[in-house]
Amino acid sequence: MAAVTPLLLLLLLSSAPSFSSGSRNAYNINGRVKIPQGLGTKGYALPGRMSNVKVLLNGGQNITFLRPDGYFSFHNIPAGTHLIEVSAIGYFFSPVRVDVSARNPGKVQAALTENRKGLSELVLEPLREEQYYEIREPFSIMSLLKSPMGLMVGFMLAVAFLMPKLVENMDPEEMRRAQEEMRSQGVPSLSSLLPGGAMN
Amino acid sequence: MAIRSFLILFILFFFSSLNPILSLYEDQVGLVDWHQQYLGKVKQAVFHTHKTGRKRVVVSTEENVVALLDLRQGEIFWRHVLGSNDVIDGIDIALGKYVITLSSGGSILRAWNLPDGQMVWESSLRGPKHSKSLLLVPTNLKIEKDNIVIIFSNGRLNAVSCIDGEVLWEKDFEGESLEVQQVIQPPGSNLIYVVGFASSSLFEMYQINALNGELLKHESAAFSGGFLGEVSPVFSETVVALDSTGLILLTVSFQNGISFQQTPISNLVKDSFGPAKIIPSSVTGIFAIKMNAVTIVIRVTDENKLEVVEKTNHETSISDALPVSEGQQAFALVQRAGPEIHLRVKLAHNWDDNLLKESVKMDQHRGLVHKIYINNYIRTDKSYGFRALIVMEDHSLLLLQQGEIVWSREDGLASIIDVTTSELPVERDGVSVAKVEHNLFEWLKGHMLKLKGTLMLASPQDIAAIQSMRLKNSEKSKMTRDHNGFRKLLIVLTRAGKLFALHTGDGHIVWSYLLQSLQKSKVCQHPIGLNLYKWQVPHHHAMDENPSVLVIGKCGPSSDAPGALSFVDTYTGKELSSLSLVHSVAQVIPLPYTDSTEQRLHLLIDADKHAHLYPKTPEAISIFERELSNIYWYSVEDDNGIIKGHALRGKCTGEVADEVCFDTRELWSIVFPSESEKIIATVTRKLNEVVHTQAKVIADQEVMYKYISRNLLFVATVALKGSGEIGSVTPEESWLVAYLIDTVTGRILHRVTHHGSQGPVHAVFSENWVVYHYFNLKAHRYEMSVIEIYDQSRADNKDVWKLVLGKHNLTSPISLYSRPDVITKSQSYFFTHSVKTIAVTSTTKGITSKQLLIGTIGDQVLALDKRFLDPRRTVNPTQAEKEEGIIPLTDSLPIIPQSYVTHALRVEGLRGIITVPAKLESTTLVFAHGVDLFFTQLAPSRTYDSLTDDFNYALLLITIVALVAAISLTWTLSERKELQENWR
Repeated sequence: MAAVTPLLLLLLLSSAPSFSSGSRNAYNINGRVKIPQGLGTKGYALPGRMSNVKVLLNGGQNITFLRPDGYFSFHNIPAGTHLIEVSAIGYFFSPVRVDVSARNPGKVQAALTENRKGLSELVLEPLREEQYYEIREPFSIMSLLKSPMGLMVGFMLAVAFLMPKLVENMDPEEMRRAQEEMRSQGVPSLSSLLPGGAMN
Repeated sequence: MAIRSFLILFILFFFSSLNPILSLYEDQVGLVDWHQQYLGKVKQAVFHTHKTGRKRVVVSTEENVVALLDLRQGEIFWRHVLGSNDVIDGIDIALGKYVITLSSGGSILRAWNLPDGQMVWESSLRGPKHSKSLLLVPTNLKIEKDNIVIIFSNGRLNAVSCIDGEVLWEKDFEGESLEVQQVIQPPGSNLIYVVGFASSSLFEMYQINALNGELLKHESAAFSGGFLGEVSPVFSETVVALDSTGLILLTVSFQNGISFQQTPISNLVKDSFGPAKIIPSSVTGIFAIKMNAVTIVIRVTDENKLEVVEKTNHETSISDALPVSEGQQAFALVQRAGPEIHLRVKLAHNWDDNLLKESVKMDQHRGLVHKIYINNYIRTDKSYGFRALIVMEDHSLLLLQQGEIVWSREDGLASIIDVTTSELPVERDGVSVAKVEHNLFEWLKGHMLKLKGTLMLASPQDIAAIQSMRLKNSEKSKMTRDHNGFRKLLIVLTRAGKLFALHTGDGHIVWSYLLQSLQKSKVCQHPIGLNLYKWQVPHHHAMDENPSVLVIGKCGPSSDAPGALSFVDTYTGKELSSLSLVHSVAQVIPLPYTDSTEQRLHLLIDADKHAHLYPKTPEAISIFERELSNIYWYSVEDDNGIIKGHALRGKCTGEVADEVCFDTRELWSIVFPSESEKIIATVTRKLNEVVHTQAKVIADQEVMYKYISRNLLFVATVALKGSGEIGSVTPEESWLVAYLIDTVTGRILHRVTHHGSQGPVHAVFSENWVVYHYFNLKAHRYEMSVIEIYDQSRADNKDVWKLVLGKHNLTSPISLYSRPDVITKSQSYFFTHSVKTIAVTSTTKGITSKQLLIGTIGDQVLALDKRFLDPRRTVNPTQAEKEEGIIPLTDSLPIIPQSYVTHALRVEGLRGIITVPAKLESTTLVFAHGVDLFFTQLAPSRTYDSLTDDFNYALLLITIVALVAAISLTWTLSERKELQENWR
């Protein structure tokens, strides 16, 4: 990848991809796929190898591959509106609508179908990178605390240390009243704590 | 209060852990999934073995794969799968660094960099007319220091530069009826001979200057007998052909004018076996002919005399010539004899001596040898050694060296026709089980390592140890049934007529069986495998039987070709029995009835619309006759645009007095107008699909009843003009119509037209919905639509009073003949990619929500929640609808990279996706096949009914210990405090 890219830039200046006409109503579509250098290098994303990129016309009717400089061509294509898709592991490409017109050959008419952006020349770039894997979050105390076990421990600690504090801060009078109430009601059962149990 | 707060905390935790998408961490790759790469049946192989460097071989296959393999282990260095209509015509190596492929009927020439598979150049070749395609890479023929490739294709001879693919010269052969047979380039000369036949009795020879394409000589000579088939070059200026009767061999020499020399085959061999066929070979002075099953190897002497050197009944394969020292050529012959194959390597001019003679033991289930390619190497004692690459009848590829099989590849698995599954045996004494549990210490050590991993304290070595421990989990490849139903056998039928059983745990081949009924034989020249069905699935009372599968094939591609059945035990992989049928097989209907041994009843419909019942037992017939009036089916004739419904009438009358033959009658037919609608897709529900509930509770406590019928058929038709490729029509002249048809009555329940749309249509039908994918020409994007169908007749049952007063219709019988009161809801969305196939997840009880599995054009499998294809989605869902789980409406379906079930892998040449429920309700098993195979487990609503593999038992233990310690600590603390209180 890295070795290829400098070459890419050089060639971009020398020739622009275009549609060239062929004989007998058959045309060639020439274009190029450009994967910016910045993409694919960060993180552990898969480096998109140019040799594994496929370019597909009309849902697989024709399949072609990229030359080392990223150029591709489809030969003997009839005039009409076509769809070009790029399949590259690690990148998301928008399909491209390409009009091959019989009237004025050589005219470029291409647009990304995802966002309807017109292309002045047939240079396909990925819309975004695709990360197929979740990234493991680094270990943190918070994640441990958030786990069911962490919550159990946390809750227990809260009950063990905060509840007595709450009881301590209570007004002694109120405390006595509550204790009396409790005595009159007997031992508080679990059911009385549940919402439904409030009735008895 | 305490409990309430705990509940709140618990809920909080629950929500925080809910992840909306299903996804995989990179280190989980290979835990439950496996991926296998194949090539397909090898068509051509070219060795690349220099004295230094790696030994490699380039192959092209019938699956349109071009690949570079390591000769040492058979591993793939690189591989490219060309388009399905880009058939490879020839491959070769040029300049020692480029792989040249000629494809698409000789119109595309590509060069690939040999070490890494990067395409270097591509040329498009055209010509005046269709013809044979021939690729020739002369070793030392140069035009201005430029090595050239000679291609004959489409009636034109081209010389192409090896460096950049530029056409250096071209020469048309436009003669009206000229059929070019061979292009010969005598080594060391600058001449090219083009030989062929014209108007069936003229032999034509053109001599061309290879440097500029100039025609040097053109000669033709008539032979009154005519010509048949191919020619085989025997010398650089002599070819061998057959006359039109196939009984006389012609030696055609064109060195000084064309001269024919006739040799009747009956002069060579005493007993004639009918018309012969030439097997072309590139060996100087040697060619072979085949008459029925007899192969005759013939040598041509210097005076053009023919001499039989071998006559054998065995199927013989001859390799191409391999140049060895001092202009000598070696070639190999290989034959199968019983359990062994015999390999002989000879020098072209010396038939009597063998350079090498070996016998190699070969598995019976690999069948005959179809092709052989040889390569030589120099042994340490400076003598020649030979290695042979052979392609067997089951499409496997093997390397033989020194009488041993060095490696083998099961490339038959690249062309799977059908898949089914089978359970493994139940674990009990005597059933062999792989070594599993080690001692407690090992177990603890493993979990400590895992804990270290979670706490990110593990060193790189530890991480590697954890990974290998997880991947080597012997539990998953055990040969017995497991509690969760993850371990099963995948039974696959390949195009070669071989049955494989793959283990779902790690994908290894448990057994394989080459079906004799699907092999070429005297009675059946072109057998085709069709389908696989579960024949016997033992449970309940037939527990001791082994499960078996039914393989259906037919003899030849015509619709009235006789069928063939075979029954294979899935535990042992042995054929139980096989049947050659007298009738044809047009349709197979597995019936929902089984006999006392759990054999499923199957109805085979032949081309004459007779139904045949299997198994042919009196018990099966009595079961069947009871249900005779309940059996309906439909047939689709997509050429005529007719769908017909059928039922049974009774036993066959007339000439066939067969107990299991039944007459049928036509119930209804739907005829689509042929000028405006053409059937392009039909889909029904899977027969074994389980639906958990008919009711669907929607937001405001309302209930909707799904219209669930096994007899619904989805049909898509397009305008005749729109049935071509994308780009061939304008939106105004194309439309797509989708139908829902009841197959018992032929009633059309729903019809919708999509204007400005065209196929191909890929659809999937499940429960009460159908999802289909098509192309919208107006937006020039792909679209997916969903249709859901609901039963209105039960809608008023919600009224409690009606239920109490008995005025409900719950007990009224459901009949398809009563007019169904249904409503449909539908919605459409854009979808980015082209689609190859769509499947839907299936689980044991049908409770788990569904996901669509979309095989995209990039050979990946995307899992998409069915919730995204819910016709009740609106732009602004109400609070109640949000709680129900309705997603706000968007115009296109989201593609979340993490939900690719194939993650960073490609299932090259994807053809089908199969889902099988595991025993665990949350989980479904997914198998995708094409040139590659991929298997994984999916949990569409996450594994809510089991702990994941990641669950850290050690952390749980530690927590419990910590809790116990904390309890005892607080206990003592509180006791001490109490004591102090009391003292105060």
